[in-house]
Amino acid sequence: MTALLPPEIEGGSRFDRLVQPARVHGSLYTDPSIFAEELRKIWHRTWVFVGHESEVPQPNDYVRKQLADQDVVMTRDKDGELHLLINRCAHRGLQVCDDKAGNSSSFRCPYHGWTYRNTGELLGYPYNKGYGGKNKLELGMGKVARVDSYHGFVFGSLAAEGPSLDEHLGAAKGEIDRLVGLSPDGQVKLDAGWLRHRTRSNWKFLAENETDGYHPQFVHGSIFGVTGSPIGALYSDNSTAVTRNLGDGHSENDLRPEFRSFAEPMRWFGTTPDRVPGYVAAMHEAYGDDAQRRMIEGAPHVMIFPNLFIAEIQVFNIQPVAVGECVQYATAVQMAGGHELNQRMVSQSIGSVGPAGMLLADDTEMYERNQRGVEMADPEWLDVRRGLGRESVDAAGFTIGAATDETGMRGFWTHYKSLMEAED
Amino acid sequence: MVTVNALTELPPRPDAGELVAIPQGWEVREVEQFLYREARLADENDYDGWEALWTNDALYWVPVDGEGDHPRSTVSVIFDNRNRISTRMKQVKTGKRYAQAPPSNLRRIIGNVELIGGRENAAGGVDLEVGANFMALESRPRGNELWGGRVTYRLRQVDGQIRLVYKKVVLVDNERPLPTLGFLI
Repeated sequence: MTALLPPEIEGGSRFDRLVQPARVHGSLYTDPSIFAEELRKIWHRTWVFVGHESEVPQPNDYVRKQLADQDVVMTRDKDGELHLLINRCAHRGLQVCDDKAGNSSSFRCPYHGWTYRNTGELLGYPYNKGYGGKNKLELGMGKVARVDSYHGFVFGSLAAEGPSLDEHLGAAKGEIDRLVGLSPDGQVKLDAGWLRHRTRSNWKFLAENETDGYHPQFVHGSIFGVTGSPIGALYSDNSTAVTRNLGDGHSENDLRPEFRSFAEPMRWFGTTPDRVPGYVAAMHEAYGDDAQRRMIEGAPHVMIFPNLFIAEIQVFNIQPVAVGECVQYATAVQMAGGHELNQRMVSQSIGSVGPAGMLLADDTEMYERNQRGVEMADPEWLDVRRGLGRESVDAAGFTIGAATDETGMRGFWTHYKSLMEAED
Repeated sequence: MVTVNALTELPPRPDAGELVAIPQGWEVREVEQFLYREARLADENDYDGWEALWTNDALYWVPVDGEGDHPRSTVSVIFDNRNRISTRMKQVKTGKRYAQAPPSNLRRIIGNVELIGGRENAAGGVDLEVGANFMALESRPRGNELWGGRVTYRLRQVDGQIRLVYKKVVLVDNERPLPTLGFLI
């Protein structure tokens, strides 16, 4: 493991020393005490992506989810309200909900039969005279303190106080808007199941890589080459795409400049309008003159801090397990109303992502080699300076870099540092 | 123009429908020898040899969550038709499919081989459906992985040769996070 603290820099906070404008320290990825601090200050505090409302469409639907180290149950109560229950009995700590998903208005702990409503409220306990009768205990399942959603994307914050989801998402909301704006009825679903990819790497390598436009030509050259994919060119030295720091730790690879120059609808999806006529007609009906622009510009490629990555037609939910391990949950975007793009998006996602994906298995190989690398002693630092000398500010006030620049990573680290410097 | 709804209809899932009687002309020993050969080609990363076993209507399926949901409407680890098998082989043969470069060291055991029944195919013939269990030990630079599960094969005799039509691999741990699966399972 790299040294816990770089010795040559003094003064400032601990994270001033570890997170610098052009480099970050290797111990950020290997030190278990930093990971424990991240759980407290990031994962148990900020808004974390958990799932999607379309996974629990009906009253009393539920599905088990992970929020960092917490096993949670996402429920929709009889009135349609969402809850994130911590899957732990108030009596002896067991997991109350065993099934992965289902429909039930209540959960019964197998150990002593304590029963909870799907809002977390304790409904009853057997042989109640032992507690002086019914309704004597002011106990319930734990709950993720705040639950909110944006266009169906459900987030939870274990902190009762803090910025609202709206404030947390900030400019990244516009990217979710872009995604749902490619659906003729303005909604997407994440109901195609999840691939679960175990990754022996610190979670931050993934968050940094998602908008790293420098790697695709190298890591994915094998698949771009054999399929004749034009994606590689979007991330070349000549690309007009930009990397944008959206603030609040969020970043994107904005490929629209490239797609606008081609001005070909559905090029972003690797197809042409005549091959998806039903979708194109539905878009024109829904959005009129604006449909063409939407279908030319395509879907976002955005990393939303700390764990939601929207990669055009795939959605990733990254959850940490330990300092050197995380899980990537990945699914295909589906459009409400079930039209012809959905099967294509499932098929493309199966080919690209998950443990055998022809793209993501290679990214994951890099993450795992990253992790092995930062366990080496020297050099202690990782370099994040690419493009620092050629950044500019766009019309909306965001810092942008070239397609292959590390502008997104630097935005990640600025926000990371601000959260880690906060009081416990 | 094709209507939107017409395109949403799913074909039956590939493992739907009833089996018919075991077709004539199959010897269990011959079937086993074929399965062992397929396993050896996969273990030894003989991509060309392995790919040549498949028919043109090939289907190579590794679902998640037990037997899996419909593979056209939900995600699977692998759901390859013949074209995608070919793409997968071309990618790995570049030598820059980093998830498999260097390739895994691998050996698997196949057991409990059982002729299950016949499966009617689109051409009007009947393929042989075979079930087996397997266990594979994979060694990679960052450690070993143990893989195990149930395999369902469909086999067809083409010009006197046995060919592979369908292979579905239900991993015993496919309800949990899986590590990278870069080799031919």
